[in-house]
Amino acid sequence: MLLNIKRTPGEKLADAILLVLAILITIVILYPLLFVLFASFSDPRQLWDKPLLLYPAGFNLDSYAKLFENSEIWRGYGNTLLYALTGTAINIGMTVLGAYPLSRKRFYGKRLFTMLFAFTMFFGGGLIPLYLVNKQLGLLNTMWALVLPGAISAYNMIIMRTYFQTRIPDELEESAYVDGCNDFQMLYRIVLPLSMPIIAVMILFYGVGHWNSYFDAMIYLTDREKFPLQLILREILVQNDFKEMAGISVGAEYADQMMVKEGLKYAIVVISALPLLLLYPMLSRFFEKGIMVGAIKG
Amino acid sequence: MSVPLKPLNSASAEPATSPGRWTYAKKQLKRNLGLYIIITPAVLYFLIWHYWPMYGVQIAFKDFMPGLGIWNSPWVGFDHFERLFNAYYFWTILKNTLGISLYGLLVGIPAPILLALLFNELRSRKFRSFAQTISYAPHFISVVVAVGILFFFISPTNGVFNSILVALGGQPKDFLAEPSNFWHLYVWSGVWQGIGWSSLIYSAAISGISPDLYEAAYMDGASKLRRIWHITLPGIIPTIVILSILSAGGIMSVGFEKILLMQNAMNLETSEVISTYMYKSGLLNTQYSFSAAVGLFNNIINFIILIIVNAVARRVGETSLW
Repeated sequence: MLLNIKRTPGEKLADAILLVLAILITIVILYPLLFVLFASFSDPRQLWDKPLLLYPAGFNLDSYAKLFENSEIWRGYGNTLLYALTGTAINIGMTVLGAYPLSRKRFYGKRLFTMLFAFTMFFGGGLIPLYLVNKQLGLLNTMWALVLPGAISAYNMIIMRTYFQTRIPDELEESAYVDGCNDFQMLYRIVLPLSMPIIAVMILFYGVGHWNSYFDAMIYLTDREKFPLQLILREILVQNDFKEMAGISVGAEYADQMMVKEGLKYAIVVISALPLLLLYPMLSRFFEKGIMVGAIKG
Repeated sequence: MSVPLKPLNSASAEPATSPGRWTYAKKQLKRNLGLYIIITPAVLYFLIWHYWPMYGVQIAFKDFMPGLGIWNSPWVGFDHFERLFNAYYFWTILKNTLGISLYGLLVGIPAPILLALLFNELRSRKFRSFAQTISYAPHFISVVVAVGILFFFISPTNGVFNSILVALGGQPKDFLAEPSNFWHLYVWSGVWQGIGWSSLIYSAAISGISPDLYEAAYMDGASKLRRIWHITLPGIIPTIVILSILSAGGIMSVGFEKILLMQNAMNLETSEVISTYMYKSGLLNTQYSFSAAVGLFNNIINFIILIIVNAVARRVGETSLW
């Protein structure tokens, strides 16, 4: 902004201060993530003595080697992948089906349906009644309890409706009707191909949500074989509980064991967070666009 | 809603009486049949997973017995609510709920606005987009991992904070065992995780402001601060108001998934909030009715606050949700 206008010395100073401030803030936000990355490649014993890292201390890959021996983490990984893929597919399908009719001017009852959906953003039955519904439907201890109750986010649906409204004019629809297109063909052949940017954004929104959630799994799943990664992570990171941690030798000194465990934690965090942290900068343009669509008005 | 196109000759003849309306409605229903079929899955979804639980909320006024079902369980009126209000811990958990969320709002609303303003003032576009992308990286980390990272930093045995403290000649502390630290740890770790992501929407709003305004202000000799105050801020006020209303509406629902992870026996007096209490009494102790009453109390207060804030905003700022 205003790049072509000459700045006074005072303004130059102000700009310099702001730049330094921005750099500092960026470092503070980034450092915890870098710290974990460095720590995961460090020698656990050196890390124990001197935790404040600016680079890996005594580079080694022991923690990762131990991690690869742990079957439970990889099973959790597989479960998370399954739940995230299934859940996101359901999310996208359902959200499109809900959003498209609401975006059509001619849709008789539009207000009623919008109110029916939007009300749920502000009021709900609460945790226990929802739990009882899922119980009655027989969803307890199945993956469906994780993917069906959140199948549509009313907020995302309204964003998508707004997108359809602005990008797919009613005129386009009318001409398609004249050519003998019905509502289903219309949605499948015209609306969907034109809406790929918003669908990409939604895949990311919903996908990240599934990848990162632990609470639903905690209350609905009882079999350990079904646990997603985040639930396993919770035991290890938060409750400090290493169940069937293979590769930690029994004879080793207690302190030594503890350090190895600590080292493992960092590697686990890196492995679990890495896919999204690598993915999001590539997709950041989509995210930012998606947020703008939402900002237009609900 | 749109006005339907009608043939000219019937335009004046459309009767306002109910039979006329009925035929009109029937015609509309038939014309939109395809759309009704398309929307059916979404309607079913909301009925099953949102309105059915709302029907089930009546167990808050009953003694729910799984064998009898929701409908046949006996009514007990406001017993569960009385039990909640008379419990000795009620004021503690209410205070924690309101305290943590007000503290969170007080910090969490201005922080991303300030960050967006700061980024907007950066002259290097490249650095700006780099810094912005970095700033919302923590958003993509799960709450479990975020709490895990927090623990790495505050660990009493090998935490980063304690190593600094010891280097400066202090004694290592167990931060999480100290109840007075809980709110700060909760709120500021939340700022770390959310500030960049929340600032995106403000950045989007700022980028929608016409550059002409800045040019004109500059010609009139307005300083940087004045340009921010008189152009940038007014440009994003509607966004600020909408987002603030929405977060005020969530005042009673503090992020209990994170609190549950950070809680321990030593910090319970400042960390127990209504929603964590509801979870424990309901799902761990299976007092379904009591827990549903706690949840309902929470939701109603939330809903009332939302309506009040929205009404105030409409009156004062002419911006509102509906």
